[in-house]
Amino acid sequence: MSAERTANTQVSAKKIEVCYVARVEGQADVRVEVAGTGETKAEFAVFEPIRFFEAFLAGRRYNEVHEITSRLCGICPIAHQMTALRAVENALKLKVTPQTKALRRLLALSAWIQSHTLSLYFLTAPDYLGFDGAVSMASKYEDAVERALRLKKLGNDLGEIIGGRAVHPISAVVGGFTKIPNKEDMAQIRQRLKQEKDDIWSTVDLFKSLKYPKVSRDSDLVAISSEEEYAVNEGRLKSVKGLDATEEEYRKHIQESEVTHSNTKASLFNGKDFIVGPLARVSLNHKKLTPDAKKAMEQLDLKLPDSNPFSHIKARVVELVYSLDECIRIIDTLKLDVAEQPIQPTIGTPSEGFALTEAPRGLLYHAYKLDAKGIVQKADLVPPTAHNSASIESSLRAFAPELVKRNEDLQLGCEKLVRSYDPCISCSVHVTRLKKGR
Amino acid sequence: MKELTRMFAKPKPKVAVYKFTGCAGCQMELLRLEDELLDITEKVDIVYFMMAQSNVERQDYDLCFVEGSVSTPRELEEIKYIRAHAKTLIALGDCAVTGCIPSIKNWLPQSELEHAVYKDTTPIKSFKVGGIGEYVPVDLVLPGCPPHKNLIFDAITSALLGIRPKLRMHAVCMECKLRENVCILTSLGKLCMGPVTRAGCGAICPTYGRECEGCYGPMSDANPSALAEEYRKLGLSSDDIVRKFRKYAGTTNEFKEVAGL
Repeated sequence: MSAERTANTQVSAKKIEVCYVARVEGQADVRVEVAGTGETKAEFAVFEPIRFFEAFLAGRRYNEVHEITSRLCGICPIAHQMTALRAVENALKLKVTPQTKALRRLLALSAWIQSHTLSLYFLTAPDYLGFDGAVSMASKYEDAVERALRLKKLGNDLGEIIGGRAVHPISAVVGGFTKIPNKEDMAQIRQRLKQEKDDIWSTVDLFKSLKYPKVSRDSDLVAISSEEEYAVNEGRLKSVKGLDATEEEYRKHIQESEVTHSNTKASLFNGKDFIVGPLARVSLNHKKLTPDAKKAMEQLDLKLPDSNPFSHIKARVVELVYSLDECIRIIDTLKLDVAEQPIQPTIGTPSEGFALTEAPRGLLYHAYKLDAKGIVQKADLVPPTAHNSASIESSLRAFAPELVKRNEDLQLGCEKLVRSYDPCISCSVHVTRLKKGR
Repeated sequence: MKELTRMFAKPKPKVAVYKFTGCAGCQMELLRLEDELLDITEKVDIVYFMMAQSNVERQDYDLCFVEGSVSTPRELEEIKYIRAHAKTLIALGDCAVTGCIPSIKNWLPQSELEHAVYKDTTPIKSFKVGGIGEYVPVDLVLPGCPPHKNLIFDAITSALLGIRPKLRMHAVCMECKLRENVCILTSLGKLCMGPVTRAGCGAICPTYGRECEGCYGPMSDANPSALAEEYRKLGLSSDDIVRKFRKYAGTTNEFKEVAGL
């Protein structure tokens, strides 16, 4: 457990210990040992320091919850804000306007564009093209890296126009937005969205050309799902194998267990691990995709059902296509004629609120208990990587013996597998519970 | 430009980016220099940046950014190692400067926090969240949650040129005036922290019609008790005043008095 990486990495044919996995957000080790019998031990050990968010959220006022939880993660601050806002609004029985909903969806999708681009081009592609990072990749794939920087900037700029800034936005508050974006900025960003959309097939082609490994392992996939749209900020909790529940019922279905080797708890459904993220969303909600996103699915040969974690990468490309389409559609429907002020909630009775959303890397859960003055009594947060951590370990256990059998690079293979989930480790390690169990 | 190119011709300065207890938002802000990133990498060698590349070197660095606070014994050892190997050490963002939002926990006894969380607290190795400057000398602090990418760019170019970067020790109010905003504290009675908060963000929050929350930490010579008195006159309760100051920089020398109960 050191920030030292290479020196601590022991590689032998059967055993690896990668101290500090690179090109993921946060600090984690991977330990895999394949015995002669084929029996495999695998640990995805998070050594990211604990920050005790749930503990110090108690005592804070309802209107600063989203501002504080934003700081759980610098890559998906928008997802944490959207979830916290809706959980608090649910507790206070506050309904926001359609314009606020549309702007929040746009803001969330700006984060998908930014985060998926970062994951695909900066964290994933270098492995498959034989580089250690995007900067060295630029020597041979300058066009691709420049395209990635353009896409990432587009997502960030869209976030900035709506949220005031891209990392830890400031204008989204309980009840709405403190300022509505102006029409000129929106028209300009629409033009850029259109340009990047026209260019998106180069991204599809690049990721179509890569060879992805396969983990032969059946797994359930969990995401939120909605009748109206490709679910982003709200929907019912569903799984490919038949789970269907409201967000209030989340804790009845998803259990957490502590693991001794990691600072992140493991989430289980029916006693089994499951996958969240782009692949889960595409699996459950592909009918709501735009025609071009469906076309990308075909071109990438993403056929459902699929529970190979490496297919997350293809699903991420599909969602990038979708996000560009959907942002353009939302901008075209937004009138932005009325400078709506945030709706003020009524405080006065103790309450409880829950919310599930889709962060770029998967299902995100926030729940809060407020007292009669609107002060947080209890907070419960489960980020995507906590949902995925048990699945990451199970996939490593299934995948490592195959790598050994095929005499392939065990370390690179295992790191690629971990990166396919796009884990966000800072997020997953707030994990504290004020009262154990519920 | 030719002059500059010659200056940077050789050898390329070695740059490292480390993450301690934090959210990675400051590294994300650094990566938000999309238009400048490839030019920067022509001028410097990024030799340690775990989030961005898998080949990393543990060696001497010319310029080392540290994001995040020190909150574990491992990080304490690590920051001393880094200090010994970095010519210029930069605290990147509030966590590395003041401990930022996670420092809210500093007001609660550590044992209480731990016992509230786990039955068995023996594996937890965590102490008070503090900026890296509490443990080692720091050459430059870039406050902000996150520090605006332009400030990061300014720090890099200044280091390359060997000059002092623009230090913004003044209040957010200065930038707010330059944007020709009407003062939301005096005219609207909004509980703005701009008058005690260090500039650098460009007064985003007041520009977006809301109060500054103080995410750049205290300015030089801040007078938080006078501002707290203003808040009291505007009807804010003592508890809420404490909450306001006990957020991004509650344990700093400047704020700890008003942030205390």
